[in-house]
Amino acid sequence: MEYITNIAFALILLVGIVFFARNVKKLIRNIKLGKDVVVNDNKPQRWKNMFKIALGQTKMVVRPIPGILHILVYVGFIVINLEVLEIVLDGLLGTHRLFAGLGVFYNVLIASFEILAFLVIVAVIIFWIRRNIIRIKRFMSPEMKGWPKNDGNMILYIELVLMCLFLTMNASDFQLQQMGAAHYVQAGSFPISQFLIPLFDGMSAQTLIIIERSAWWLHIVGILFFLNYLYYSKHLHILLAFPNTYFGKIGPKGKFNNLDAVTQEVKLMMDPDADPYAAPAEDAGEPGKFGASDVTDLSRIQLLNAYTCTECGRCTSECPANLTGKKLSPRKIMMDTRDRLEEVGKNIDTNKGNFVDDGKQLLDDYITREELWACTSCNACTEACPVSIDPLSIIMDMRQYLVMEQSAAPSDLNNMMGNIENNGAPWPFNQMDRLNWKDEA
Amino acid sequence: MGSELKVPTMAALFAAGKQPEVLFWVGCAGSFDDRAKKITKAFVKILNKANVSFAVLGTEESCTGDPAKRAGNEFLFQMQAVTNIEVMNAYGITKVVTACPHCFNTLKNEYPGLGGNYEVVHHTEFLKKLLDDGRITLEGGTFKGKRITFHDPCYLGRANGVYEAPRDLIKKLDAELVEMKNCKSRGLCCGAGGAQMFKEPEKGDKDINIERTEQALDTQPEIIAAACPFCNTMMTDGVKNKEKENDIKVMDIAELIATAEDL
Repeated sequence: MEYITNIAFALILLVGIVFFARNVKKLIRNIKLGKDVVVNDNKPQRWKNMFKIALGQTKMVVRPIPGILHILVYVGFIVINLEVLEIVLDGLLGTHRLFAGLGVFYNVLIASFEILAFLVIVAVIIFWIRRNIIRIKRFMSPEMKGWPKNDGNMILYIELVLMCLFLTMNASDFQLQQMGAAHYVQAGSFPISQFLIPLFDGMSAQTLIIIERSAWWLHIVGILFFLNYLYYSKHLHILLAFPNTYFGKIGPKGKFNNLDAVTQEVKLMMDPDADPYAAPAEDAGEPGKFGASDVTDLSRIQLLNAYTCTECGRCTSECPANLTGKKLSPRKIMMDTRDRLEEVGKNIDTNKGNFVDDGKQLLDDYITREELWACTSCNACTEACPVSIDPLSIIMDMRQYLVMEQSAAPSDLNNMMGNIENNGAPWPFNQMDRLNWKDEA
Repeated sequence: MGSELKVPTMAALFAAGKQPEVLFWVGCAGSFDDRAKKITKAFVKILNKANVSFAVLGTEESCTGDPAKRAGNEFLFQMQAVTNIEVMNAYGITKVVTACPHCFNTLKNEYPGLGGNYEVVHHTEFLKKLLDDGRITLEGGTFKGKRITFHDPCYLGRANGVYEAPRDLIKKLDAELVEMKNCKSRGLCCGAGGAQMFKEPEKGDKDINIERTEQALDTQPEIIAAACPFCNTMMTDGVKNKEKENDIKVMDIAELIATAEDL
């Protein structure tokens, strides 16, 4: 009987981890629905980007207030996770404060966890006020209604509860230590939770143990719950920001990829020796589709982008089209991509591993043409993103589909392209007149 | 003055067995748009004054394909690119300067993958170099103390990281450079990029160029400096919309310098 709590703990831990692993598998499966892209260039630069942008949060502090608050929560969570290691080991081994033997170092650790926990609480409360009282504009966009709004608040509530449980656990532990309760070794330094001690005035050791144990269990169960909440939430960015900044675009922002499939066609057209009537080779596959109309036409990096997006809306708040009241919101492009990808993933799950056409696609059912044509390709969104997401590339791929597969450009643009084709300029001027300016007064 | 411009073509130089120091890529706006042609001429005047050996492709130049690519027509873009690259490679061109950030971006970033490898510079960078090398000198006289705000073209600034060359030139004019609320890497688009120049905007509360013009007007400038023919058009329209065209001029950096030098 004495091992029953250890076994219960091991079971809960196992369930939490197995469930999480299943979701990670699904996440990877979904991302792999995208087109494979080989990324083996500029590795030092990519690692540097990951360290600077994801680990170093350099782009977060472009906006100092949310940037610094975010760093508090981020550092808090990373550092307090050291304590989770002790909690897990205690749970499995039936020990209490296993690392207490570290002495002064342990006191310093616990003290810093407490201070960080307090700072996290402060930051989380300010975040909540920004979202719900001040109602900062970028959190109020149309795409932020319903689940995205609730998700944002839910994360804050979970973080708040976890930190309060952590401090309650420490406070009751500290009180028990002072009472000399058995099993509660004298260890740790409690600069924050000591102020909670008056709450426990007059409580018996029995009651305090119940409080301490409850807080301990709820805290670790809460962490496992949060871990499993990630897959369903925008909060996935805490993991995916790292690979995403590694795979993020490198080089000039203005450089758009040249489509290889088109290059081959163009080379063939320009080759005087090519036989225009030649039958395609036996082994030639289906001709590829130009551009993207659904998530499976996008690259794996673009799909990773979609899962990484934490819906902060910095992109949208800098987008010139959005600022002037157009429907385009780069954040919505990413959210739509993820929603559609999830839908495709669920379709595959329910149909035993095969996708069954559901008559839907990313284009029109999620992202409208009006949004796509409002983009000025100015790169304000990619510049603003703190985790190197590239909504512009998705917009451009979808435009390619509209133009090259559907001939569905706005008529003004068709005129422009007709002019380029016929006379080498976007306007109807004769190429032979290109140098006339030289002699005009 | 116009008739005195010396504008050699690559074809003429090639026939004479000469190779210029740099190809001046004029671009469609610079060739055909009435406002942009003035920028082209201002730049040529400076090149002439500095005795830069340059040439243009003239009737052999064709659209880089930028608006086609940004509109989604990769096929048309690559057809244009491959054709232009054939012409430029045939002339053995190694260095290109252009006054259009869209041409600049495309030539610099998207042509190499299709076989066109050139050193491509924007005219503001080129002018800065001329100044640094002492090939032109600038006296602040005309613009001394004038409030000038600079609008960053997206395809020069954010897209390619060129923020300082145009600003350095403005400062050399002894002008007072005033920055807008959104500048440099956070510069606000004029609304013309991504092929928007050639279509009506989508429905919204206001046009992007009006928003940007309002930001410019907030700095109470006497001149709005631009470095892109499309930005120039958009900002000029914005200033007209605000009925400020008599007080505030929209000028390209090349025009500022040509005016300062009384060219």
